[in-house]
Parts: sequence; C-alpha cells; structure tokens
Amino acid sequence: MSEKQEYSKEMLLRMYENMVRIRKFEEKASECFAKGMLAGNIHVCIGQEAGAVGTCEALEKTDFITSTHRGHGHCIAKGAKTDKMMAEIFGKETGYCHGKGGSMHIADINLGILGANGIVGAGIPIATGSGMTSKIKKTNEVTLAFFGDGASNTGAFHESINMAAAWKLPVVYLCENNQYGVSVNIHTVTNTDNIAVRAKAYDIPGTTVDGNDVLAVYESVKKAVKYAREGNGPSIVECMTFRMHGHYEGDPAKYRPKEVTEEWKRKDPINAFKTYLLDDGVEESELTAVEEAMDMEIQEAYKFAQSSPYPNTSDVLEDNYSSDNERSVIR
Amino acid sequence: MIKISVSHAIREGMHEEMLRDENVIMMGEDLGTMGSPFGITQGFLKEFGPDRVIETPICELGFTGMAVGAAMRGIRPVVELMYDDFVTVCLDPVMNQAAKLRYMTGGQIKVPMVIRAPLGAGRRNAGQHSQCLEALFTHIPGLKVVCPSTARDAKGLIKAAIRDDDPVIFLEHKLLYSIKEEIPEGEYVIPLGKADAKREGKDITIITWSRQVFFALDAAKELEKDGIDVEVLDLRTLVPLDWEAIKKSVCKTHNVIVVEEGCKRGGYGSEIAAQIMEELFDELDSPVVRVAGLNTVSPFSPPLEDAVFPNKNDIVNTVKKSLNYTL
Repeated sequence: MSEKQEYSKEMLLRMYENMVRIRKFEEKASECFAKGMLAGNIHVCIGQEAGAVGTCEALEKTDFITSTHRGHGHCIAKGAKTDKMMAEIFGKETGYCHGKGGSMHIADINLGILGANGIVGAGIPIATGSGMTSKIKKTNEVTLAFFGDGASNTGAFHESINMAAAWKLPVVYLCENNQYGVSVNIHTVTNTDNIAVRAKAYDIPGTTVDGNDVLAVYESVKKAVKYAREGNGPSIVECMTFRMHGHYEGDPAKYRPKEVTEEWKRKDPINAFKTYLLDDGVEESELTAVEEAMDMEIQEAYKFAQSSPYPNTSDVLEDNYSSDNERSVIR
Repeated sequence: MIKISVSHAIREGMHEEMLRDENVIMMGEDLGTMGSPFGITQGFLKEFGPDRVIETPICELGFTGMAVGAAMRGIRPVVELMYDDFVTVCLDPVMNQAAKLRYMTGGQIKVPMVIRAPLGAGRRNAGQHSQCLEALFTHIPGLKVVCPSTARDAKGLIKAAIRDDDPVIFLEHKLLYSIKEEIPEGEYVIPLGKADAKREGKDITIITWSRQVFFALDAAKELEKDGIDVEVLDLRTLVPLDWEAIKKSVCKTHNVIVVEEGCKRGGYGSEIAAQIMEELFDELDSPVVRVAGLNTVSPFSPPLEDAVFPNKNDIVNTVKKSLNYTL
C-alpha cells in the first residue's frame, strides 16, 4: 500500500465501506445472473473497486462523472443507492431509469452521474462537454471520465483530450487499465507500455498508479482534480488493475492465463486495504461490522428489486421526447 | 417586410437566440474568422466571444459528443456540420447518445441541442458532399427533424429548434441558401411539426419539403395551364409529422404524390406514402406515387448529376399520370 499519510478514520472507513458495498453488490448481481434471474448482459467490476472508490473520494459531490458498460462501481462510489440500482438491473419500475436502461445505463443527474454508457469510449466526449460547460458557466466543477484501456484506442479518446488540452477544460481522464478489451490483451494492440504516456502527445500530465491501491488512486486523482479545478486543464490518470470475472457474466475468460488471474487475486484491493487499516490500528470488529452492514444493505436492495413491480407496458413510448412526445412517437 | 436570403434568415434567427439566452452556443468547424463556409455565423465570434462561438478542430465525433455532454448540463449547443454527409463520422453521439439518453435514463436527462447541416445535390460536389440523409434521421426515435425551404420558415424554425428540449436535426439545402424572400420584421417563431400549404389546390396534393418545394411549385404553375389545380404541402418538419395537415389535404384532393430529393429506396417519402395508404385508402382516387432521387451515388459530372434528382418535368409527368388513373 501507499505510504502512510494522515487520513481521518471517518474517511478511511467510508472508503472501506464503499469498496465492500460495490463488491457485495457485484457478487449479488453475479449470483442472480447465474441463476437466470437477470435479463441481458451484466459487466461486474469485482477486483476493480479501488479505482472507483479512490477516484470518487477525490471528487466533490457537485463534480460530475461519466461511466462505462462496467459502471456499477463508479455509480455506487459517486453515491448512487444500491436499491434503485438493483431494481434497475432487474428491469423494475423503481430503478434509476424505470427499467428503460438496465445495467449499462445507470444515471443520476442529481449526483453528478451523467450516465454509464453502452458504447465504448462514448462517455469521454460527454465528460469533455460537461467540462466545457463548467468553463462557459464559470462554475468550478470538475468532470471525470471513467473508461478502460479498450476505449483509449477510440477516436473519441484522442479527439476529446486534444480539445480539452487545447482549451484547458476541467476534466480528468481516468483510465482503468484492466489489460483486456473483452478478450484482447492491450499489449497486442498498442505500442506503448501504458496509456498515461499518451498524455505527452497533448502536453498534459499523465500518471500511472497501482489501481488496486485505493489510497494511491485517491492521491493521484486528488492532484489531477486540483489541477483541473485551478484552471490548468486536463490530466490522464491510469489505474493498473484487473477484472476478476470475465468481460460479461458467463464469460469464462479463457483468453487470460490462469497464473495471471491468480497473481491478481493475491492483489485483491479489498484485502490489501483491510490489511492497511488493521496495521493502522483499526479494530477488526469495526471492519466486520462494516461488512455485515453491507451484507444487510445488499440483501435489502435485492428484496426491494424483487418485490418491485415491472414498468407498465403502457409507458413503453414515454420519454422518447421532452416535448410533443406523443405525436413524435406515433408516426 | 424585408427581403433576405435563407442563409441570412438562419443567421438572424440564431443571432436573436444568442442574444435572448446565454446558454445558446455555437460549435463547429470554421465558425470563427471565416464565419462558416456558407457565411452563417459571420461576426458571431467577435460579438459573442470564443466561449460561445467554439471553433473546433476537424473532429465531428469529438465535438458533437461534447455538445451532447454540454446539453445534458443545460447548455443549448447549435452544432454545425459542414455537410450532412459528415454526420457519418459522428453517428454515435447523434444516434446512440443524443437521441437515446432521455429514454434510457427514464426521462432524467434532456439533450437540448441542434445539429445544423447543409444537405442536397446540385452543386457538383459528388457523392460525399451531396446526400439527402433526412431518412436516416427520421428512422431514429428521439430525434426531431426539420427541413425548411424558405427564408421565412428557416428563421422561425431555427428559433423553435434552439428552444426545443430535444435534439433537433436541422437540414438546410445548399442551393436554397441564396434564395431571398420577404420575411416579417421582428421576432417570430414557427412551431415544429406544422406543415404549410405553399399553394392551395383541389385536384392533387404534392407532399414535399426542402428544395423540392420549389420544383413542385414550378410544376404546379405549368399544370395550371392544363387546368390542373395542384396543392403543394411543404412539411417543413418531418418529425414530428403534421399528419392532420396531410389528412386534410388528402381528403380534399383525393390524389397524392410525394416528392423528395433523396434516394427513393427507404426514403421518408415511402414512409408517408405507406401511412396514407394504410389510413386514408378510402379517400384515394389513385395510388400514392413517389417521385424521388435515383438509387445511386450522386455523380460529379453536371449532366449526370442533373439526371439523378427529380425536377419539374418529373413532377409534371407524374401528376398527369396519377390523374389519368382516375379518368
């Protein structure tokens, strides 16, 4: 873990709680999918919790994020409620999007979550436009785009960072490098050792950190956020990490060598942080209490989702348009 | 009343909206010093500054995606694509993001943005700068689509498009930009979804939009000599569609042709023809016939290009054929 700094116990426990909350949520989602209870695709982020939590801890409530197809962790870390999220992935009326978006599209505009996104790289220009908005309106929010190593090869990535750098927009580009775009190893499709090195091309700061070390992530993102908020422009922060499950639930991930997966299992971000906290003098019972509380919360979220009604089919045309919806959908 | 061109009218409409609402911004290539290739944003950079007149690099995917993000945050971006053909490099922000985010977030998010793009053939620009892509947009739920033909309409409609809370695709025909007409002085807004009978008649209805309105009006003039009284219904807005206006006109004339410049196959004219046949079949004295562009890439050479899109004679001949059907 990173060097000892002065952190409040309250903050450390909050971070631990959020990491455990994400893990338990994902485990439940994975279990429900395996039992055939969930429709569609689910992409869980087990193993990547430190990136989401370390990053969002460095943001203010009023800051914005865009997320990805693997977005449950980002949304939880930014404050989304697990019951409304669980209801959404169950396709229920009480979900964040009333069941119209599902797992890949959770959004809560009031929490600054501009949406997870089903298109790889699509959140990057959206975050950049949000950053541009803060600059135009002269408000001081920072917008952070979560994306993976796969998205770093899209045109959306290059086009957006080029403009953000040219106009010094308050944006942080947070790459969760889990080393695989679905089945393809990043090193077989790129010529650089890491993604952050590309920052040089835009003359902006770029850092690569241990993405399984929640405090290292927090420190790096905090710096990038401060840099952006002070009007200096964007940065790239790259978190080296690994997803313990396949690309989607049901993917056996045979394209990854077993020993690599085993090695990353030993670097589990929650275990690492737990060891750090115990060394730091936190009582084990306190952490157990957090884990139990999260178990309860996720169980409640699951029950809420299960017992919630499906949306009415009569609402299927609602919300295509803000105005003149009826006429615009009927023909 | 003052006489101004379509491009001037659009400029004036946008200028009034920029003055009215500080959330309205312009984004696109060459909008600044050059004032855009068709001169629509001339003087805007000087008047409104670089925060509101954003001259972008050549990267439609990036800046259109940024406009979506800005719109989600309450800005009202007006994005200019230099040609509608260029939308092919930024279809993700248009089709997957702007069009769908409201629905997919259960109504949480609004995307109040306008994408302006010149469309159409006739300038010898060949296949990558001449397409009429309105059918591509009308196919996508979540988008509104506007295709004005005259200066008066263009001004009133661009103002409505900017004020609308949904993504609006605003397609301007390049060969209409310089056409002048008298427009009302001062502020006026033309609501989206209202067709306009550019000529009233009782024998046959020509349903059309954009530049083909003028070919239809020319054809109507010629047909008048043969005693045929043609109604020309300019849709102005394709989504939402003014079905009431279509119904009223069809019930009056009982004969319809639908005219569009774009390729016939999968054109929006086919959609209108199908709707009329499905719902107003009993009103019809003849089958609804489409007059549209050929199913080909737009060629460069002038005689070839002129052979591709419909003209006055095509419309005249089709009207006569339709009416002969009933005689």
